[in-house]
Amino acid sequence: MALNQFMFYLLAAVIMVCSVLTITSRRILRAAFYLLCVLIATAGIYFMLDYQFIAGVQLILYAGGIVVLIIFSVLLTSHISQKFAKPGLARVIPGVLAAVAGFVLSAMTVLSFPFQPSGQPAIGNDMRTIGLQLLSVEKNGYALPFEVISVLLLASMVGAIVVAKKEKSKEKP
Amino acid sequence: MSFIYDFSSATQAIDQWLKANLSPTGAFVAELALVGLTILLAYAVIGLYLVYAERKVCAFMQNRVGPNRVGKWGLLQTMADLIKLLMKELIPIRKSDKLLFNVAPYLVIIASFLGIAAIPFAKGLHAIDFNIGVFYIMAVSSIGVIGILLAGWSSNSKYSLIGAMRSGAQVVSYELSVGLALLSVVIFSGSMQLSTIVESQANGWWILKGHLPAMISFVIFLIASTAEINRGPFDLAEAESELTAGFHTEYSGIRFAFFFLAEYMNMFIVAAMAATVFLGGWMPFHLGNLEAFNRVMDFIPPVVWFFGKTIFIIYLIMWFKWTFPRLRIDQLLTLEWKYLLPLNLLNTVVIAFLVLMGWYFK
Repeated sequence: MALNQFMFYLLAAVIMVCSVLTITSRRILRAAFYLLCVLIATAGIYFMLDYQFIAGVQLILYAGGIVVLIIFSVLLTSHISQKFAKPGLARVIPGVLAAVAGFVLSAMTVLSFPFQPSGQPAIGNDMRTIGLQLLSVEKNGYALPFEVISVLLLASMVGAIVVAKKEKSKEKP
Repeated sequence: MSFIYDFSSATQAIDQWLKANLSPTGAFVAELALVGLTILLAYAVIGLYLVYAERKVCAFMQNRVGPNRVGKWGLLQTMADLIKLLMKELIPIRKSDKLLFNVAPYLVIIASFLGIAAIPFAKGLHAIDFNIGVFYIMAVSSIGVIGILLAGWSSNSKYSLIGAMRSGAQVVSYELSVGLALLSVVIFSGSMQLSTIVESQANGWWILKGHLPAMISFVIFLIASTAEINRGPFDLAEAESELTAGFHTEYSGIRFAFFFLAEYMNMFIVAAMAATVFLGGWMPFHLGNLEAFNRVMDFIPPVVWFFGKTIFIIYLIMWFKWTFPRLRIDQLLTLEWKYLLPLNLLNTVVIAFLVLMGWYFK
């Protein structure tokens, strides 16, 4: 077995096992830790594909950003002794059925799609190309989605500030 | 002795020898093992001697002698400490989260290990040269804080938890300033690849070529990265006078040593990044067209240049720790969000304008 394949199977196994553990773990911080493993292994697959920028983004945004925020909020809200109750049979059976149905549906879609290697030459993955592509307004440019997302981000930041801001005290001193 | 100036011929010779004697897979695995072993050894030795240097610098600042019994000038003191730590008992904590408690030190040390792999030590002595080098180092260093947070939470101790919370707030906010400060040089050199950044400083270091804005971002980088690696005066996460030892209160033996070593190696990585990005890395100090002067500077090997600059910055960081009083958590966050970040954003815009107009030394 070539090393490439070996690494792929290793990373894929980590992703699959840790994904299952993420949703079945009954301790919330352990779930966050398993999620971290999934995200890091995904970054590893991006590194294998030579898409270093995406891998870096995966690490810095998901592993270093979102998971840190999740862990931080867990630290603020829950105690170490806290454990989720074991779900009853009435919840487990529909849950498993829904998961199996979802798996079958997506597996059928993936298997029925005729994957063909693209004949087009790959666009380079160095930073300059990515940057130009991101800000280009021509065909295949990403300027519009980029701007729309920044508006969304601004809206959510304003919303967060409004929520977090203290009410101005009504009574005059 | 010519290989001391350019390691690429030496590494290529090893590469060819391995490929001639082993199967392709075997050669690849052997190279991985060799590089890993070299970095591991360098990691341990540098880490131990940084601890020694810290104790000596601290001692001299406080008008003491410092470690001076084990070996000449106490040079073997930290080795002895390491052996002691290796033999100490690993105390298990009841009612702690065992899995996360055991994993946390490894996460911290793996993060700094990943970072050190991408640092250019000298010409041709560069384990992985990504085209996103600067970004990669920022990305992997952001994983270390997860280890600190997990350690604090899983110990089931209030001191650890408070330490971890402080550290989380601190690292997440100061990461922004570190990134923006590094971005200024990325704008100047037009690349994130560390080897390209070093090459672009052949005719002068960016701190000089980029004049005032580069100096501002250098100072911001020093302040913010000192905070990011949880060192004094920003060592709130382990503030020993109020939190016993912060997030690693409950750790003992080699697991504690891992936190300790990772902290010092993070300091090394930060200093090496500052040296590489702002002070030219392994590039000798060159001045425009002064041919004779440049020749003399070229005579000093690149390794010496790199470690000289790195040690200088490490000394600066240690100097901070032993002269400034520790900040309060609100002062710390005010410094970042109200002063450093706006200044940094403004500085980045100014640098983009300078590069657009070509108003810097090319």
